[in-house]
Amino acid sequence: MIEFISQPWPWYVGGPAIALIMLGLLYFGRSFGVSANLRTMCTIGGAGKVASFFDFDWTKQIWNLVFILGAIIGGAIAHNYLTLDPGVDLASNTVSDLQGLGLADPGGEFVPSALFSWERLFTLKGLVMLVGGGFLVGFGARYAGGCTSGHAISGISNLQIPSMIAVVGFFIGGLLVTYFVLPYLLG
Amino acid sequence: MKYLKFLILGVIFGIVLSKSEVISWYRIYEMFKFDSFHMYGIIGSAIILGIVFIQVIKRRHLKSIEGTEITFAPKNMSVARYLIGGTIFGLGWAMTGACPGPMFALLGHGIGVFLVVIASALVGTLTYGMIRDKLPH
Repeated sequence: MIEFISQPWPWYVGGPAIALIMLGLLYFGRSFGVSANLRTMCTIGGAGKVASFFDFDWTKQIWNLVFILGAIIGGAIAHNYLTLDPGVDLASNTVSDLQGLGLADPGGEFVPSALFSWERLFTLKGLVMLVGGGFLVGFGARYAGGCTSGHAISGISNLQIPSMIAVVGFFIGGLLVTYFVLPYLLG
Repeated sequence: MKYLKFLILGVIFGIVLSKSEVISWYRIYEMFKFDSFHMYGIIGSAIILGIVFIQVIKRRHLKSIEGTEITFAPKNMSVARYLIGGTIFGLGWAMTGACPGPMFALLGHGIGVFLVVIASALVGTLTYGMIRDKLPH
């Protein structure tokens, strides 16, 4: 059993599982939206003093912080107990693309350690990718009023046109970086 | 104890994101290269099932565990906000290969440098909150 679920899960398991998690949160009287936690953390850190946007009763969001704490624990459980092979079975086009961009062994691990390490952080390319990328995710998620969970999953499931527009934006930004910026940031 | 159910759902969420490889930078790169169906299958099937769930909830006026009817707040209409904000988010998503959920799940995988990514996302959120009145919405 453990061995069976320790294989990589196909999309038709992962996608429905995510929908069930959204359903679970709805049944518990909440909604599925991870990036709201970033705002809550700013509020807990005292950001309400510098911007009214952060001036709200964050105790109503404790459930969401607990949810994301669970996601950290879930990641640790998957990493330590439910992973036989840490590789990712990528499309051959992707592997050859990334090799061409100077990345060794694409798909050999979940996240390329050549790009996501403390050593890499202290290089210009690493700084742009980790600090710049993180900043854009936080800024953009709040500007758009949600991230992948809030817009792509919850919003579109509720047939919200704004969420469809946001997801079009996610792809405009993602394609721009993938085709025009990452070739300079890798390697 | 009232938070335990959210902790359990979160643990499941972290395991699902990990086992279906949504947390992999490679999978996000592959998605934006249109080289594989994997991520489209995950997001697409989650949406299709999500539409069914929400339609059933709305039509049957289903109640939450707290006894109140489950309601959905419609999002205010705008194009600029969602398109510009979404594009900025997409730029960062393709760089870090992680949207906010996976950022936290990756911490559980022991990739400590994601603390810096999360801290940067907090600074980004803070910056938005400070200049939002000057931005088109």
